[in-house]
Amino acid sequence: MASRTANLPLQGRKYTRAWRTFANHMATVVAVGSTILVVMPLVAIFIYLIYKGASSLNFAFFTQIPKPVGEAGGGMANAIAGSAVLLAIASLIGVPVGIASGIYISEFGRGTRIANMVRFTADVLNGVPSIVMGIAIYSLIVLPQKHFSALAGGVALGIMMVPTITRTTEEMLLMVPLSVREAALGLGVPNWRSVLSITLRTASPGVITGCMLAFARVAGETAPLLFTALGNQFWSTNINEPIAALPLQIFVYAISPYDEWHRLAWAGALVLIVLIVVSVALVRYVAGRGVLKGAS
Amino acid sequence: MHIPLQTGRSEVSLDAASSLEKAPPQSPVRAFLLSRGSSAFADRAFGGLMLVCALAIFGIVALILFELISRSRLTIERFGLKFFFGSAWDPVNGNFGALPFIYGTVVSSIVALIVAVPLAIGLAVFLTEMCPRMLRGPLAFLTELLAAIPSVVYGLWAVFVLVPLLREYVNPWLMKILGWTGIFTGPNYGIGMLAAGLILSIMILPIISSLTREVMSAVPHSQREAVLALGATRWEMIRMGVLRNARIGIVGSVILGLGRALGETMAVTMVIGNRPEISHSLLAPAYSMASVIANEFTEASDELYLSALVEIGLALFVVTIVVNALARVLVWAVTRGAPARGA
Repeated sequence: MASRTANLPLQGRKYTRAWRTFANHMATVVAVGSTILVVMPLVAIFIYLIYKGASSLNFAFFTQIPKPVGEAGGGMANAIAGSAVLLAIASLIGVPVGIASGIYISEFGRGTRIANMVRFTADVLNGVPSIVMGIAIYSLIVLPQKHFSALAGGVALGIMMVPTITRTTEEMLLMVPLSVREAALGLGVPNWRSVLSITLRTASPGVITGCMLAFARVAGETAPLLFTALGNQFWSTNINEPIAALPLQIFVYAISPYDEWHRLAWAGALVLIVLIVVSVALVRYVAGRGVLKGAS
Repeated sequence: MHIPLQTGRSEVSLDAASSLEKAPPQSPVRAFLLSRGSSAFADRAFGGLMLVCALAIFGIVALILFELISRSRLTIERFGLKFFFGSAWDPVNGNFGALPFIYGTVVSSIVALIVAVPLAIGLAVFLTEMCPRMLRGPLAFLTELLAAIPSVVYGLWAVFVLVPLLREYVNPWLMKILGWTGIFTGPNYGIGMLAAGLILSIMILPIISSLTREVMSAVPHSQREAVLALGATRWEMIRMGVLRNARIGIVGSVILGLGRALGETMAVTMVIGNRPEISHSLLAPAYSMASVIANEFTEASDELYLSALVEIGLALFVVTIVVNALARVLVWAVTRGAPARGA
């Protein structure tokens, strides 16, 4: 450290008072400017979505299935139902596995090498491109079964939920004081009961937050569904058949050349965004005022 | 490497939240209670079940890797490393080279980083150091929303708003002013590398910015106060007291953003133009690794074609894993010594 004093950053010739004040103001201007530049596209996207989506959203959108090309009207009832089926399958897989892994990292293996490696692997899995997940599930489920299915799409989405849920569950459980656990054990409660109905219960607002975040994230995923759920123009809720999904339908309609389909794509995007914004806002609300304030 | 902000690590606080790395202090009472006979079996079974679920995460990653390798064996054996250096993409004659897609992915990600990184750091600096407390919550919420918007909606917006905007206003201007550089030439379609890079930059901005914010708030307040006490202006305080200490973490967050950009599929597919050509112009249509998979996977009729697409997926998987692991290590190196949040 002592050798550095010879060229302290503030000693250069250009560090006159005027220059420093100027640099300070410039930095403020740049920071404020970049904030405005970041907020601008977001506002633009929202305004455009609401403007385009709201004008084409009607009752038929929720009740009818797509009409053939060239006919006006039609809706995305099948895609909404399909998304619901896919997300139900995904949650059935992702939520238990995610929460259980989070419990393991925080309650049983805390500080051990296995737990640290699981945490690291979860972070890495979180960064795996969703399209690669699609390929993996295609070769794991679709090829052996020889047909596209809602089940395959749901599994792909479920796996994508796991890392988010694991990490939030772990973080939330870590915030529960040790004394709470010890009090339960002191009353003669077995450890597994104490974990489930004391620790997990105390942390439940945060854990639910994590599940909702994961849910919101996969609700808009398209890439892993392209060659697992495939999409479907007709009404179907059979998990062994190709099924429609809202993001998939938006994609197909957006790149089509028909104005009528573009209109439906905007309406679908608005529905999707409202779903996601509501869950993110709910999450912030719960996390901000729940037991674990400041934990989000 | 010595990072000054970690000097505060010796004062480990007692509450559980801040001691992520440390095992909880096992009290003798707790150990005694856990070893009693009646619940010992149930406890062990429960712990085992949790362990199985945790190990399932390893299993998933291993399974993905195994499937990708076994399904792409055909092209790996046939073309070897040449696969990544060949630029022919000819499914009809069974000749495959992935270079145009690698080029498209890399260049669009670089464009995205060039646009996003300065803005993300500026936003993070504003939010942590300058922002009035009243604005901080809503702005943080807004950027969080930006991260929650699905890729396909970004794509939709890009197709109908960004691309026409580029075609009508930005591209002609770029061609006039910067046409001499050779990277803004050629026919102006609107779609192409530049559009893909710009939509990617909007998508990775929130990730880079929120992680940078996290790293910057991990710098202890004493660092800021020390620099200010030496008579620094606010900008000098940010530059010397905060950014310099957080730089490794910031690099980590940028790499994490890169990882996201490399694997992004839908929005890129919708605006990049989907033409497997290497062009020096940013305005020309191109193709990316993820989008060729998205577009051609269901059409791949023969084994070799499918195998080539899976091998592209494998390359994407390996690269993103390396990039993500690197980024996590860097971010972790800075934040592990951080004081507990809210302190």
